[in-house]
Amino acid sequence: MPIDRRNFLKLAALGGGAVFASRLAGAANAPYDDFYFVQLSDTHWGFNGPKVNPDAQGTLPKAIAAVNALPEKPDFIVFTGDLTHTTDNPLERRKRMGEFRDIVSKLDVKEVRFMPGEHDASLDNGKAFTEFFGPTHYTFDHKGVHFIALDNVSDPAARIGEEQLAWLKSDLDSQPKDARIVVLTHRPLFDLAPQWDWATRDGQAAVDLLMPFRNVTVFYGHIHQEHHKTTGHIAHHSAKSLIFPLPAPMSQPKREPVLWDAEHPYRGLGFREVEAEDAGTKYSINELPVRG
Amino acid sequence: MRLDRRLLLTSALFTLTLGSAVLAQTRPRIVRVKARRWAFTPNTIALRKGEPVTLEVITEDVFMGLNIPDFGVRGDIVPGKTQLMTFTPDKAGTFTFLCDVFCGDGHETMSGTLVVT
Repeated sequence: MPIDRRNFLKLAALGGGAVFASRLAGAANAPYDDFYFVQLSDTHWGFNGPKVNPDAQGTLPKAIAAVNALPEKPDFIVFTGDLTHTTDNPLERRKRMGEFRDIVSKLDVKEVRFMPGEHDASLDNGKAFTEFFGPTHYTFDHKGVHFIALDNVSDPAARIGEEQLAWLKSDLDSQPKDARIVVLTHRPLFDLAPQWDWATRDGQAAVDLLMPFRNVTVFYGHIHQEHHKTTGHIAHHSAKSLIFPLPAPMSQPKREPVLWDAEHPYRGLGFREVEAEDAGTKYSINELPVRG
Repeated sequence: MRLDRRLLLTSALFTLTLGSAVLAQTRPRIVRVKARRWAFTPNTIALRKGEPVTLEVITEDVFMGLNIPDFGVRGDIVPGKTQLMTFTPDKAGTFTFLCDVFCGDGHETMSGTLVVT
């Protein structure tokens, strides 16, 4: 008997996960099947900082085991950037990417999508990332939803850039105004906290291109915590990290990692399930923790 | 006639002196800032509200950026060039300035503070 995903999410929420529902305005009419995907973010493979995560080598494998243990397999998995922690050494960068790729190859799903973060791509304009994981921006369609992966990190100045914006415009020109669109990116497209570098310099240009479309949701990473914001009718949801949490935006003078709490190991770390419901106009987000 | 001419000269001199004083008052104060991975020197800058300032910023190693979001001021810091950033703080308080061009492992700690009184 197939598991009812909605009931599963309710049960998961009762069991400690947090569910956030985002309903988009307007209903679309194209054929549609319910589905869900898993978002993992900011794994920073290669990071070394025992005060913020003494299990830096073990957290990602634990998350992968948790994903593999989900009662129902996700349709696909997406990593929204900062797969590896930055290094000036191009050889070391590739070593970390190779190790990361080997570890995540244990994910028991058919399809895994990768996106770069600034730690992966900003020091070489995405060269190493592309060698290991393919293009830094792309689109794909899944069960009636149009996914757009936007790269706002290969330019070290945190710009999407004119060329990619033109590519985005061209892609959107082929979509009807009631298309169900999900944007995947690393940095927030809006000015969440420019004082902490939590912004995309030309993110507003992308948002302007998306605004005519009634059903748009953005999932991103970068800020190492769950955050939900709506600009106009577009919902933006950031994901937790799998290495260390960061404080709430502008909640303290400096953006410094939250120290490891031995009483509550892995607190603030996690990944999420995203369930598309109601013809792709509603997304239920179920936050899941990492456990030791 | 001679008196009128003297008055005219005096008046012109006064105007020139006053003009120079006003010019001196509005000429931006210069603050030199050095950037290098991964710090600004100085990293605390005291400014006065309403007093124009020009930050003369250089980088001692790689391409960087200096951004002061609270005042809508930013510039690229290119090796070998001096970036001039002129603005007038219009509010008092403590404000962050940061490098907004990813420059390596310590990039995320590369910031400083403006103290405007």
